[in-house]
Amino acid sequence: MTAAQELEMILTQHQDINRRVESNGIRLTIPASLLPQLVSQLSPQWTFVGIVPEDDARTQSLRLLYVFYTPKGPWLGMEVRNHDQVIPSISNILFAADWQEREMEDLFDVSFAGHPQLGDFVLHDSHWPEGTAPMKRHSWEIHQKANGFEDLGTHRIVDASGSFVMPIGPVFSGTAESIQFGLETVGEEIVFAHIRPFYKYRAVEKLMRGQTPMGSLLIAERIDGLTAFSHALAMAQAWETLGDLQISPRAQLLRVFWAEIERIRSHLQVLSGILESTGLSVPQNLLQAQEEELLQISGAFSGHRYLFGLIRLGGLSRDWSAEDIQHIVKRLETLVHHSQEILDALTFDNSFLDRLEAVGTLSGERARTHGLVGPVGRASGIHRDVRIHQPYAAYDNVVFDVPVQTEGDGYARFRQLAQEMTQSIRIIQQIPSMLTPGEVVPTDKFHPALRTAFGYVESPGGSVLCAVSSNNQGMVERCRIITPGLVNWHAFPDAIRHFAFQDFPIIMATFGLSVADLDR
Amino acid sequence: MLWLRMGLTHPKKTVSSKAPSPLNGLSPGRPAPTPLLDAPPETICPTQALKEHGNVMTVDYTRCIHCRLCHQQPDQNRMSWEEGYQWAQMTSPRLPHSFRHSLHIRVVDAGDCGACLNELHQLASPVYSLHRLGIAFTPTPRDADVLVITGPITVSMKEAVQEAYQAMPSPKRVVAVGTCALSGGLFASSFALAGPLEKILPVDLSVPGCPPPPLALLHAFQLLMGAKSEEMRTQGVRT
Ligand code: SF4
Ligand code: SF4
Repeated sequence: MTAAQELEMILTQHQDINRRVESNGIRLTIPASLLPQLVSQLSPQWTFVGIVPEDDARTQSLRLLYVFYTPKGPWLGMEVRNHDQVIPSISNILFAADWQEREMEDLFDVSFAGHPQLGDFVLHDSHWPEGTAPMKRHSWEIHQKANGFEDLGTHRIVDASGSFVMPIGPVFSGTAESIQFGLETVGEEIVFAHIRPFYKYRAVEKLMRGQTPMGSLLIAERIDGLTAFSHALAMAQAWETLGDLQISPRAQLLRVFWAEIERIRSHLQVLSGILESTGLSVPQNLLQAQEEELLQISGAFSGHRYLFGLIRLGGLSRDWSAEDIQHIVKRLETLVHHSQEILDALTFDNSFLDRLEAVGTLSGERARTHGLVGPVGRASGIHRDVRIHQPYAAYDNVVFDVPVQTEGDGYARFRQLAQEMTQSIRIIQQIPSMLTPGEVVPTDKFHPALRTAFGYVESPGGSVLCAVSSNNQGMVERCRIITPGLVNWHAFPDAIRHFAFQDFPIIMATFGLSVADLDR
Repeated sequence: MLWLRMGLTHPKKTVSSKAPSPLNGLSPGRPAPTPLLDAPPETICPTQALKEHGNVMTVDYTRCIHCRLCHQQPDQNRMSWEEGYQWAQMTSPRLPHSFRHSLHIRVVDAGDCGACLNELHQLASPVYSLHRLGIAFTPTPRDADVLVITGPITVSMKEAVQEAYQAMPSPKRVVAVGTCALSGGLFASSFALAGPLEKILPVDLSVPGCPPPPLALLHAFQLLMGAKSEEMRTQGVRT
């Protein structure tokens, strides 16, 4: 049975469910009590993406949209009102919903019945009084607690003699991002791991409110500056759907071109991070130099080393001559070739392989429970890629494969990144001959519709969903950004369990996750 | 052995900050003071970085986010663009002698988007090879003499930033890297910020940019070591 048939069957069982068809999507209005049952019926075939808050104009209150999709199919949103009913937690059915429910509780004061651990998540209790709920419609006055800095280590699971919690972070060495872990141990082995994110919470979703489309793109770029182009593209696509903007085939192809350049840069960075964690400084330096070469290409031709300021609604902020494009492709081919040489040589380095093989393993089963996205998910056998499953820009017109591994260990993640880089350069090579003349820098007037629209992008780290609703002045009313960090960090504590302390930095490097992307 | 051979057969040119060429790609450049524009500056710049000064439009680089919107305007409203990277500004008196030989830097991420951190990280690559200048990142506060802060300083990171400073021996210096740390940039109005950095610690050196490229960071660290005479710019920069 296909996912669509499955849905039809479920709907015939529930005659009271109201259904509306929207652009490329289906929206159901359901009573909250039905949520767990529908979620468990749908979830094998429909992929859960996230919970998107919306303002219900009629009741002047908040409602939640549970978003799912199927490969190549429409998105499905289940709409649940919040003001007059209890919303049951679905994290016991879909573990992937766990953090999203905790976020909603902390930011919107939505309570999820049956969730085991709400509170003290995005807003650390040491700094904000419980019930602050800054994202509620009218909460503009936000008060901080006078003072207080508490360490993690309050939670303990392991009950054995000699067990203790080892707090790590939030500040690390080198140029690592800030995040905290509590590792419970009885000796050499990590028995249980807690993670405490949101030290870097900048309240991006709240800042988005009232922004112009241009302002929202500039902020989106800075959510995770290392995947700026992908975030801005997701944001732009949501606006373009709202405004029904047409994008020229040339602009679509050029968006793919730069998105793949960003993927190569990001993968090179993660790969060199893996080498750094295993102490292999020569190949690490060599790879990092290739990354710098790519940053210089980006800087020279886009005007910004991290591609900030390139995305515009309806296209891009500039165009390139055929010679420029050819030149960029040539230089990229060379640098990917050099990088592959280094990576190939590593597969003969036994001491390196020993550090990665069977380390930080996440089975396909565990990966599915967490709903993993991006290269981390694909390294555990989850064939999920928005570029194929919900094609956008010109991904329908270029030829590429989506590699998948089965082992789910550190080495699988390493190979996954290397193979994806090969596919990215393959896509980039196709583009010059496909480019036809056309408008790239848009000038169109813009009138967004008053509803919620989605922009999906496969960023280097995995799927980014940007949901935007506009107010009647054409500015952001609400915005929700579901990032790969939010999804994949949730699985990280699971991946380090039962491994030795010395493996911790290596496993972290193979995940290659951004904290900025999680904290937002 | 394998890596020794590979390291030798893939030589990497090290970029000297004295004669970077071509600069294109190494630095995004930035808007330069320009004769007054026709349109009011607040309709052009998203972070209110453009300010009228007599008959010149100046740029507050602590706010500029390199969005290039002011450079993509029709002629009568276009800010000119300058190449270069010597952007760092001393905000405290000259440094004592002890910094002249080497710098041990501790970096604290206080809400960085990742790009400022990655530019710092690139400094260690063979392309810039920070170590040749006697500069190194250190994980231990006790060995550090320079504290580098990136990001807009979120409420939850404020204490960690203060603790990092207190744990360092004197004499010590504080460097604010990136527009976020200098003014909050696009995040300035967020309720979740305790920054900018100058509200929390005495800032000795500020490095504007979103992000400042590695060359700008190298220049900043060399200023701290007294290796470069500082070019004082009076226009548009807060001192
Ligand atoms: S480049 Fe700087 S000065 Fe120009 S518009 Fe952007 S932020 Fe403002
Ligand atoms: S200054 Fe710009 S690049 Fe640096 S952390 Fe802030 S947003 Fe990111």
